[in-house]
Amino acid sequence: MNDLCLVPIGDVPGNSLDWIEGAAAEWFPLPIQRLPAMPIPERAFDAKRGQYQSVEIMKMLSQIVPRDASRILGVTDVDLSIPMLSFLFGQAQFDGPVAVVSLCRLHQEFYGLPAQESLLRERTVKEVLHELGHTFGLVHCSEPTCAMSLATHIQLVDAKAEQYCARCGLQLVERFSRGGGV
Amino acid sequence: MKKNWPILVVDDEDVMCESMAAWLREDGYRVDTAPNGQKALELAGATDFAICFVDLKMPGGMDGIETMMEIHRIRPDASIIIITAYATVDTAIQAMKEGAQEYIVKPCNPQEISMLVSRILKLKKLQSENAILRKKLTRQYRHHDIFTKNPRMEEILALTQEVASLRSTVLIRGESGTGKELVARAVHFSGNRAEKPFIAVSCAALTETLLESELFGYEKGAFTGASGQAKGKFELADGGTIFLDEIGDISPKLQADLLRVLQERRFYRVGGSLEIEVDVRVIAATNKNLAEEVQQGRFREDLFYRLNVIEIHLPPLRERREDIPLLAEHFVQRISSELGKDVGGISGAALKVLIAHDWPGNVRELENVIERAIVTCRNGMLDEQDFSWLQRSGVQAQSWEIPDVPLGELERRAIVAALERKHGNVKEASTALGIDRSTLYDKLKRYEISH
Repeated sequence: MNDLCLVPIGDVPGNSLDWIEGAAAEWFPLPIQRLPAMPIPERAFDAKRGQYQSVEIMKMLSQIVPRDASRILGVTDVDLSIPMLSFLFGQAQFDGPVAVVSLCRLHQEFYGLPAQESLLRERTVKEVLHELGHTFGLVHCSEPTCAMSLATHIQLVDAKAEQYCARCGLQLVERFSRGGGV
Repeated sequence: MKKNWPILVVDDEDVMCESMAAWLREDGYRVDTAPNGQKALELAGATDFAICFVDLKMPGGMDGIETMMEIHRIRPDASIIIITAYATVDTAIQAMKEGAQEYIVKPCNPQEISMLVSRILKLKKLQSENAILRKKLTRQYRHHDIFTKNPRMEEILALTQEVASLRSTVLIRGESGTGKELVARAVHFSGNRAEKPFIAVSCAALTETLLESELFGYEKGAFTGASGQAKGKFELADGGTIFLDEIGDISPKLQADLLRVLQERRFYRVGGSLEIEVDVRVIAATNKNLAEEVQQGRFREDLFYRLNVIEIHLPPLRERREDIPLLAEHFVQRISSELGKDVGGISGAALKVLIAHDWPGNVRELENVIERAIVTCRNGMLDEQDFSWLQRSGVQAQSWEIPDVPLGELERRAIVAALERKHGNVKEASTALGIDRSTLYDKLKRYEISH
């Protein structure tokens, strides 16, 4: 009933869903369900910017939330943006069921550097915790090492830890102890 | 904290509104969206938005600049950020001219917008704290500490309200401790300058050169030690009020300088060649009789008339004894709370002692006396014995103003006062004066005092 669903959108790096599932299982006491991969919706593509509009992807995700799921997290390797912002690492419905994370700018290759899988894993975990945190009502945190701190460039993602700070973590615990978190 | 700063996003594109709102909500803000200017105004009518993001180009109806102007009409404190996809300098300049706080071109870097929002809100927080403090000050100086039932004082308070918004110079006369600065503040904080600075300068506390640089500021190198430029009190008080206490003590040179500022509202910094223009209301105060000082040639007549446009003469406390219980109760409440002492009030017998006292140091002396009594008070109530030292007159000497007269005259006056207080009883008067009876008789003879 409260499942947390993971859904790859288009091709994603082989291990990324395992990393995400591991991190999600550690922080959220919910059954995790992997859904079959979905194609990237063409209508989300913004040809002028060569990016995908996250709003369209989130709309699509909200249409496929299974009945037994409380949250759905889309994972994609394409670059996301919204009309106002030049890019996004991810987006979530605040205190709502849908979130999406883009791995595109988490790759070292995006910055012209050699690939580094361990770093990609760390960054992916941090951004997944961040977006899922929003879906459970957490706002941006002023503690720079907390997964909920706002990262507007990759250095700020790297400055975060793969965990929530004590205050944000406690908020999650309280929420789950209150009523299953959903 | 963030929830106290609601944000509005106005854009005809739904996807733009919703995505921007979602992004800001992740930061903890309360965000509303509007697809057009009309809806934006409706929302602004109901909510005091801290920031409004307004798209410049909106087809049909109001465009971004019109929307911004209308929002400003309803919510003058809202910060408007104009969003546009067309980065032209002209539109940027027009938007800023019409009152936009910022102008951003979409799409922009998330960091840019995040910093912009936090910068604006930081400023708003400071502004709101400032407004709260100013309000507190205004409240404090409008009424606080001016407690009176005395008809003369009530007339004075009414006059301060009447003249508060005028630019005319005010001269406040009164003995030390009668509350001249308090009345000056009441004039300032009740008028249309209340939001601007109130700067008080004690003219007697500084030498002529120091006072000159204090009032008018100085340029680098104007004198030894002037390592940089400094603004004077007149510049700091621009738009507000300068309170010149003890004006009767300023030198003839400063009298001339001050006259020029009062006449022309312009002056030069010490060592400066640039004329500085200010809009400052001057309130001066003195415990001297300036008319007499003019007659004696110690104060410029022209300056006296410039200062004495509105005259307020504060009565000494001994001429408004009916206010002593009111003031005493007020000071007991305030000081005991400040000192953290549990003193609930003042007894009737203690009040009688206070009413009988002559208070040469006026309200300030009363305040000090109450503070001393509270510090040493062991019960929850101030009683007669808490002021026994006052009757021994020790405190009077501390706050007495010593007139500029020969020593013998001072002695004569002290003897006359002691006799008056003791109703002509020489024995008691000699004890109060700390001399024996025969010495007092000798002095009465020498000074030809009949008793």
